Amino acid sequence: MRPSTSFRIFRAVLLLAFAAYFFVPLLAMFDFSTQVRGSAPGRTWDNWQLMFTDEDLRSSIVASLLLALFTVVLMVALLVPTMVWVRLRVPRMRKVIEFLCLLPLTIPALVIVVGITNVYSWVTYVLGDSPLVLTFAYVVLVLPYSYRAIDAALSAIDVATLSEAARSLGAGWFTVIVRIVLPNITGGVLGAAFISVALVLGEYVFASLLHFDTLPVAMAALYKSNGPAAMAAALASMILVALFLVGLTFLSRDRHKQGAST
Amino acid sequence: MRGGPGRRFAVGPALPLLPFLGFVLVFLVVPTLTVVMGAFQDEDGRLTLGNLDALTGDAALTALRGSLVLSASTALIGAVLGALLAYLIVSMSPHSLLRRATLAVSGVLAQFGGVVLAFAWIATIGPVGVVTNAVLELFGADLYGSGWLFGLPGLIVVYSYFQIPLMVIVFAPAFEGLRPQWREAAVNLGASTWDYWRHVALPLLTPAFLGAVLLLFANAFAAYATAAVLVSQGQPIVPLLIRQAITSEVLLGQANVGFALALEMIVVVTLVMVAYNLLLRRTSRWMR
Repeated sequence: MRPSTSFRIFRAVLLLAFAAYFFVPLLAMFDFSTQVRGSAPGRTWDNWQLMFTDEDLRSSIVASLLLALFTVVLMVALLVPTMVWVRLRVPRMRKVIEFLCLLPLTIPALVIVVGITNVYSWVTYVLGDSPLVLTFAYVVLVLPYSYRAIDAALSAIDVATLSEAARSLGAGWFTVIVRIVLPNITGGVLGAAFISVALVLGEYVFASLLHFDTLPVAMAALYKSNGPAAMAAALASMILVALFLVGLTFLSRDRHKQGAST
Repeated sequence: MRGGPGRRFAVGPALPLLPFLGFVLVFLVVPTLTVVMGAFQDEDGRLTLGNLDALTGDAALTALRGSLVLSASTALIGAVLGALLAYLIVSMSPHSLLRRATLAVSGVLAQFGGVVLAFAWIATIGPVGVVTNAVLELFGADLYGSGWLFGLPGLIVVYSYFQIPLMVIVFAPAFEGLRPQWREAAVNLGASTWDYWRHVALPLLTPAFLGAVLLLFANAFAAYATAAVLVSQGQPIVPLLIRQAITSEVLLGQANVGFALALEMIVVVTLVMVAYNLLLRRTSRWMR
């Protein structure tokens, strides 16, 4: 049924109203970030350059990017072998693993932070006081989303047949998981990685309450002394996160296409 | 676990799960249990119900009411406006570039929160925000007023920014699940557009809609980062009261009150999520 002209006009007007609500704050942030300090007239890119010149800000950016990388690596290393193994050898544990992975959806991050202080005083005692120790907490944070992405990818392939074929040709379990299963679920793993990176780059709850200088914490601190520069850094991180999340929607669309054609 | 002789190695195959189980135990289960048990212990680890008394104090009740108002209002605003936006998107042709773009943007904005979101709204309707200045110049009105952005009303506007796109993502599939054949069947039987919506589409969409409202409620109730950056004075919602309890070192015994407040959060979010899953099961009966 083709929509009538009046409906199309109605739709266009409403879509514009929604667009205004969603894009004005982003444009406002951009406007703020190019202002000269002290409300002097004119425009400047100095606030954007500060991301590379300011020592504190730069080290927090490096910390956040490394955290994203470490989180993805640990998440994949923990989740992929476990999920493959459960499917192949201990299917009765599957419900347990799923429950544990989805648990962070019902336990707010703030609650975990409140209870994790003892665990973290032990972690920092063993591993030192680097922000990178947040990796552990962040893997918990991204578990539900990563689990769903990888689970969907595993459901789309025949893990049992693949691994039996590889095993009968003499492959060990390491080979089966890394060289046989993993290449077949790259879409799901990439999706899990993208959403993890997006979540880690914006994470504030753990970092601020456990006192680690990641990018969001540094931005919040910088805002008090140099608002426009903090806005520039915030917008930059937002754009980076948006790229990852848009990449994610394209990945999932490709997966649907594959499913439809086979 | 220990079956007959045929399952002699029943425990063996579970061994490779140990790294994962150990990790989840240390970084998820132990912290949660710490909170739950801490809520019922005093400073010296003795059992007490004293911390729960703190939950019925003025500050805690005000914060709980604030959290419930914030979550309920943004869940309703998000659900109604998000469903409207989802309908507008789904009414476009499936191949339309605009449709794909709006869905992709919704996916991005639903994850948007924390420091960046707080900044975006300060830049817009903060004391020297772009829209504040524009309204002042055009209409001579003071949009910022006495700083409502940094209290509960401000949080409602700001939270809606991620609630509406989340609703779009959650609810668009429900609209897509309405098959054109159902409408054709209704029209063939003499139904008007109103009849179709009233007797066919709305009853089908209601469980999915209520489920989405619950999901949005839990999402707002658990959110912390945006409020933490935006609100620096007072504790209008539970998460901010928890922040005060765990960061203030002046008041002894506050740590366990923090645990009790955190337990309150678990209870509310769990109840809502259980109801959500029940509704989801009902929805999945007809939506495929």
